Amino acid sequence: MAYLPNIVFFLALVFGIGYFARNIRKVIRNIKLGKEVAASDHTSQRWSNVFRIALGQSKMVKRPVAGLLHIIVYLGFIIINIEVLEIIIDGLLGTHRIFAALGSFYGILIGIFELLAVLVFISVIVFWIRRNVLKLQRFWKPEMTSWPKNDANFILYFEMILMTFFLIMNATDVHFQELNQGNWVSKHIAEWFRNAPETTLHLIERTAWWLHILGILIFLNYLYFSKHLHILLAFPNVYYGKIAPKGKFKNLESVTNEVKLMMDPSVDPYAAPAEGTENPAKFGASDVMDLSRTQLLNAYTCTECGRCTSECPANQTGKKLSPRKIMMDTRDRLEEVGKNWDKNGGFQADGKQLLDDYITREELWACTTCNACTEACPVSIDPLSIILDMRQYLVMEQSAAPNELNVMMTNIENNAAPWPFNQMDRANWINEL
Amino acid sequence: MNGAFQIPTMAEMMAQGKQPEVLFWVGCAGSFDDRAKKITKAFAKLLHQAKVNFAVLGTEESCTGDPAKRSGNEFLYQMQAFMNIQVLDGYGIKKIVTTCPHCFNTLKNEYPELGGNYEVVHHTQFLKSLLNEGRLKVAGGKFKGKRITFHDPCYLGRANNEYEAPRELLHKLEVELIEMKRCKSRGLCCGAGGAQMFKEPEKGDKDINVERTEEAIGTNSTIIAAGCPFCNTMLTDGVKAMEKEDTVQVFDIAEMIANADDL
Ligand code: SF4
Ligand code: SF4
Repeated sequence: MAYLPNIVFFLALVFGIGYFARNIRKVIRNIKLGKEVAASDHTSQRWSNVFRIALGQSKMVKRPVAGLLHIIVYLGFIIINIEVLEIIIDGLLGTHRIFAALGSFYGILIGIFELLAVLVFISVIVFWIRRNVLKLQRFWKPEMTSWPKNDANFILYFEMILMTFFLIMNATDVHFQELNQGNWVSKHIAEWFRNAPETTLHLIERTAWWLHILGILIFLNYLYFSKHLHILLAFPNVYYGKIAPKGKFKNLESVTNEVKLMMDPSVDPYAAPAEGTENPAKFGASDVMDLSRTQLLNAYTCTECGRCTSECPANQTGKKLSPRKIMMDTRDRLEEVGKNWDKNGGFQADGKQLLDDYITREELWACTTCNACTEACPVSIDPLSIILDMRQYLVMEQSAAPNELNVMMTNIENNAAPWPFNQMDRANWINEL
Repeated sequence: MNGAFQIPTMAEMMAQGKQPEVLFWVGCAGSFDDRAKKITKAFAKLLHQAKVNFAVLGTEESCTGDPAKRSGNEFLYQMQAFMNIQVLDGYGIKKIVTTCPHCFNTLKNEYPELGGNYEVVHHTQFLKSLLNEGRLKVAGGKFKGKRITFHDPCYLGRANNEYEAPRELLHKLEVELIEMKRCKSRGLCCGAGGAQMFKEPEKGDKDINVERTEEAIGTNSTIIAAGCPFCNTMLTDGVKAMEKEDTVQVFDIAEMIANADDL
């Protein structure tokens, strides 16, 4: 029975990682419900964005306080995870602190981990206070219903617990404390346990060790249900982010083809469509399947931080539009479609869509296309592109633009200007000089 | 101005077998809107003063399609774009300057995919290069030392990353530039973009242009400088809504330069 812990550990690992992989496959399948996008261009620019924006957190620090705290938690997360590697090897092989063979370097490493653990702990507490005591406005907008609020707090509690277990594990590790290398923080905690017998200490150490690694596996599996998926998806998302100037909106190829036909005098407009031509493409988006894969990846990546919404001119002046809500709605609808798919082995019409059932027209028409949201987003999400695709559906498929906009568009058609002026008066200003 | 001058249309230039150095794309607001026409005229005067050989399309110019595209009407946008590209290419246009950031953005970023490739600059960028080449002189004149704030147009700033050209011009005017808290990449929209100019805003507790004008006036500036005819209208309306017309004015930078030494 000496191998029992190893076997239990192995099973926990397989189950934990296996379930996570299953859900990630679901995420990928759902994203692939979207339209394919070409992103083989600007490879070096894309990688540099990944290094600067995702890895380097360049946009996070635009808000210095939150940015700094986030960098601490993020560094802590990445660096302390080196420790997880040791835990996994120990767990599988039944060894104890296998990396200790590295000697004094190991001490320094663990010392840094311990310091980071304390810093992470403090940062997470400050985060919690910002959300729950100071009640920063962007965390209390209407779309922050109970689940998004709880989700954010759960993660903070998780971090606190994981860091605590890590430090207790080190503090109660008698050998490690005797080595007196790298126990920079834990030696102070060890004081509290000074009078405990060695067997008790060992028991506490083992418990903390197990809870620490199980906690990490639970955390990993929690990601799929949470806004914390961003810790993985931020990287591909930034890679696929927009490279062109923000003002450049995408060109609709399907429209180009039709307009060219309309303007080409050599084409017979009454000719029967060539055989094998597909149904005319749907213009714009009314549901998640009409969006691109990048836009769906955006939805899964959104951290619900609300930086976009807090910069949005429409939102700041009390309009219903919130770019964060656009992303949250897209993800919720995509999840719903995904579940429908799982249940029916394919998508069965459910009488619902992204438009109206999730995102209202009032929200869509309030956007000024100012790009404040895309500029603010720390992970290169583009809520504006979804708004525009949905406007395209409303206008080109449903002729459902607000009346004043219809007037404006009729003016352009008739007078070549958005107002009802006579085109022949266009150059009158020259004579007024 | 010492005597009126003539501004040729491309058709006239073509008839004389000439090519301009640059085409001045006036834009719909600049052609028809009374307030925006003043910006157009001021900029034309500056071009003339700097001896720039330029022309306009006149009645052959047509809406770039920006408000249609941003409303979601890609059809109408592309029809406009193809028509304009035909005209521009017919005249062999290489370089375009425009006083409207929306025209600027559409011509520069969105026409290439439909086959229209031109060098497009915003008038503040063009004025800056005229200054650097020594073709235009800008001195403080009557704006020297005045407290002035600058409102970044979304389609010049965030959309195209140009924050410095307008500020350099203001610097040359020797004004005391007071930045708003929300400036440059964090500049607040005036509320006109995305075709909002042509409709009533959705229900809310404030109009965007009022929110922005309040911020601008909060800097205690006597002039709000702008670089877009739509921002200009929105901010002017904002000033009126706050009943501050007597103390605060909204000017395009081109107007300020032209006014500095009373062109
Ligand atoms: S582009 Fe639209 S959604 Fe984004 S910040 Fe501007 S108004 Fe808000
Ligand atoms: S879209 Fe970006 S800025 Fe907006 S909430 Fe999501 S992550 Fe934050």
